[in-house]
Amino acid sequence: MIAAHLPALQIAIPLIAAPICLLLRRESLAWAWATFISWVVFALAWMMLEKTLTGGAFNYELGGWEAPWGIEYQVDAVNAFILLIVAAIGAIVMPYARASVNREIPEHKRGLFYTAYLLCLTGLLGITITGDAFNVFVFLEVSSLSSYALIAMGRDPKALTAAFQYLIMGTIGATFILIGIGLMYQMTGTLNMADLAKRLPAVEDSRPVLAAFAFFIVGVCLKLALFPLHLWLPNAYAYAPSVVTAFLAATATKVSVYVLYRFVFTIFGQSFSFDVIPLESILLVLSLAGIFAASTVAIFQTNVKRLLAYSSVAQIGYIMLGVALVTVAGLTASILHIFNHAIMKGALFLCMGAVYYQIGSVKIEDMNGIGKKMPFTMFAFVIAGLGLIGVPLTVGFISKWYLITAVLERGWWPVAVLILLSSLLAVIYIWRVVEAAYFKSGDDEVVVEEAPLSMLIPIYVLTGASVYFGIETSLPVETAAEAARQLLGIGG
Amino acid sequence: MTGSIAIIAALLVPLIGVLGIVGARHKPNLRETVTLVTATCLFILVASLLTPVLAGGRPSISLLEVLPGLSIAFEVEPLGLVFALIASFLWIVTSVYAIGYMRAHHEKNQTRFYAYFAVALSSTMGIAFAGNMFTLFIFYEILTLSTYPLVTHSGTAEAKRGGRTYFGILIGTSVAFQLLAIIITYFTVGTLDFTQGGILAGKASDVVISLLLLLYVFGVGKAALMPFHRWLPAAMVAPTPVSALLHAVAVVKAGVFTILKISVYIFGLDLLADIGVREFLMWLAAATILISSIIAIRQDNLKRRLAYSTISQLSYIILGAMLATEAGVIGGTMHIAMHAFGKITLFFCAGAILVATHKTEISQMRGIGRTMPITMTAYTIGALSIIGAPPMGGLWSKWMLGMAALEAGEVAMIGVLMLSSLLSIGYLLPVSIYAFFNTPDPQNDGKPVFKEAPALSVAALSFTALGCIALFLFPDPLHHLASLIVAPVN
Repeated sequence: MIAAHLPALQIAIPLIAAPICLLLRRESLAWAWATFISWVVFALAWMMLEKTLTGGAFNYELGGWEAPWGIEYQVDAVNAFILLIVAAIGAIVMPYARASVNREIPEHKRGLFYTAYLLCLTGLLGITITGDAFNVFVFLEVSSLSSYALIAMGRDPKALTAAFQYLIMGTIGATFILIGIGLMYQMTGTLNMADLAKRLPAVEDSRPVLAAFAFFIVGVCLKLALFPLHLWLPNAYAYAPSVVTAFLAATATKVSVYVLYRFVFTIFGQSFSFDVIPLESILLVLSLAGIFAASTVAIFQTNVKRLLAYSSVAQIGYIMLGVALVTVAGLTASILHIFNHAIMKGALFLCMGAVYYQIGSVKIEDMNGIGKKMPFTMFAFVIAGLGLIGVPLTVGFISKWYLITAVLERGWWPVAVLILLSSLLAVIYIWRVVEAAYFKSGDDEVVVEEAPLSMLIPIYVLTGASVYFGIETSLPVETAAEAARQLLGIGG
Repeated sequence: MTGSIAIIAALLVPLIGVLGIVGARHKPNLRETVTLVTATCLFILVASLLTPVLAGGRPSISLLEVLPGLSIAFEVEPLGLVFALIASFLWIVTSVYAIGYMRAHHEKNQTRFYAYFAVALSSTMGIAFAGNMFTLFIFYEILTLSTYPLVTHSGTAEAKRGGRTYFGILIGTSVAFQLLAIIITYFTVGTLDFTQGGILAGKASDVVISLLLLLYVFGVGKAALMPFHRWLPAAMVAPTPVSALLHAVAVVKAGVFTILKISVYIFGLDLLADIGVREFLMWLAAATILISSIIAIRQDNLKRRLAYSTISQLSYIILGAMLATEAGVIGGTMHIAMHAFGKITLFFCAGAILVATHKTEISQMRGIGRTMPITMTAYTIGALSIIGAPPMGGLWSKWMLGMAALEAGEVAMIGVLMLSSLLSIGYLLPVSIYAFFNTPDPQNDGKPVFKEAPALSVAALSFTALGCIALFLFPDPLHHLASLIVAPVN
């Protein structure tokens, strides 16, 4: 029974849980409920990935309504993997959230916070699981609206302007996506992804389809913060509550990347996207420019959360570079980096959350000598930071290795050199934090304690994962490779 | 004890030592005892590998496979064993020296110092015993990371600046060039294992192989080949024991060791001899030898002068590798040992002078031979060994390298070696002459009185100076071990 309705439960449970959370007036209950739901969602996502990896892709008709009339959920290795990432990050972040939220968010808003979080989770999962183009838009709005609210809850007054900026940019993106979907519907008369994929080739020479593609891609690239459409991201990540930053950084842009995969490869098809439209060169140029521009800007940040946010923009560049390769190896690298980056960036932002919890700031100059005062937190930061640089035995190395091998396979030697040079920029920005934390002496009079265990354990789960999956690579690598083959329609 | 256990133990013993050092942080005597015991254990472990390797065995162990064909694995062969033996043996001597030096110099954070020192030695062992390029790369990077706190030990602005140069050049070259070379090698060959005769022959076009050679040689920044040499003088802000063991032995030798290793086991000498850019790199090494010698002459700070001398001497080994002959590899390997003993003696002396008289500039060292006769005698012995004069060990490696140049038909390189010897006389011996034959400035220094550095430090530097002479008298074990590197596989 549960097994048959897994896809529906995956969405329905957090969706129904959200209003219940609002009814639980007490903060501790709301937190416990949201944590419990996150774990249930994680278990469901895990079961679904197992199912797709053993039994292959499957469809689920919502409410028993047959597609194309009803909404269909389609689960294959690609989105099952993304679902797992989103759900896992949620499950890891929630136990951490309580201490952090109690410190950063006023009491009367805490219940709302957990409600908004559950809605955001629902939205992100919904975008990923659905097989219906319009449904993508609906869930996109669910996740976006709730994330605007979550970001606005940040303690810094700038959080409001950051959330507003994101609201404007995000709405433009969502509108573009909607226009794109509308045009597709107009030309094909269907919103079901599988049907769209069948009918679009017949009309692909028409101008509305070109316009649909253009609107859609630009809209999605805005949501996934591809350089130079990333302007909303640094402020949003810098001023949002720590938990929100960690959760969104590890999941939100990644889900948008998934939408891009789905539409570019499954719906429009590789030949249309890359032969008719020069998407390859567009993505290649923008991703490389993004990697270098954002990494360089990151070096000059004084707020570590902002620094990491710019680093995220750069990492999106690596992910999109893998897409631009249009090969199984390239897509594998791209999907793998979604997984690996979620782990590393999640860990880094959680570390910063712990620092903020203890000293009320994440500015580099306030972190002088903190390596001695918060040894466990900062050690985790160093390990996860090494991952971001791409040091061997961390997940970051595996990502870079696959990406560079894929680039070499296409014969793009200069790009391989550029990728390695860009890691040097990461060395610099991570090292700035390390230097402040370990090699500058802070004020010894100020007593700073180590973060509580409820924060350290989630931090170390993610940090440990970034080392574990850097050594035992089979699960992410094989899943990513399988997902890449399915996207390109090669093999099983 | 079987070889594979000894390999793992050699990696772990220094790390266990770190725990002991940190544990005994409130009892300096116990802490230093831990360091000495650890260093001795390490040397015994490494020495225990000598018997199987001399018998033709190759103790090895594979730990885990990260990606297909990409594993953390170790294999002991003669080249790595020479390097590990020297590094672990000199660690004992340096520890003895450091106890005297660090205390007399009232250095702070001594626990941190000894702890990172031990980590650096563990990663040096990892480099020496690496069974493939991937493993070597990992330990190469750990060595850079673990020596950074040692370079910036004093915490001054100058130390931080030096540390940044150090870190920037070493990490930069290794990530931008070496890692790229490794990935390209893996991509074209599918393995990174060190294999007798090389793995690249016939697997890639000439252009790719030439490119790879350039990437590898420049990617090993620790070899200090110009133009990537500036980190070494910058690292001289470190306490003297660090300069002595790490920046005359472990770190820099890890660099040239890697180049030798790549030449023999990744390219293979036959392939290497056919690569066009090899000639260019050989000339670049020759240029580095001469240019840095000339720069050394102009330095007044003794440690900086020694640093430029090291840059020059390291390129001897690169030159030996780039000759692509068996004699070149043997000569290069022997030079690792000879230069190690000579240069560590010189650095020990520089530190002893600093501790006893607080002098760092050569121009201040007039007549210092009368107050510090033992130190300055040891200095002269070390200097003669670097110059390559008998009866010092340095003669033999220069001899072998000269032979190799002849064998390879590169007569010009013999000229370079000769000229370099003359230049090294020019920058090393004036210090001795200043010390022994000039009278001290009576206004500043008063009457010369016997005032040596702490006894432990003087013992250490006398010991390594004697080592230089011993290596002249008994070079054969070293030569035998080095010749096994290129011996045909049986």
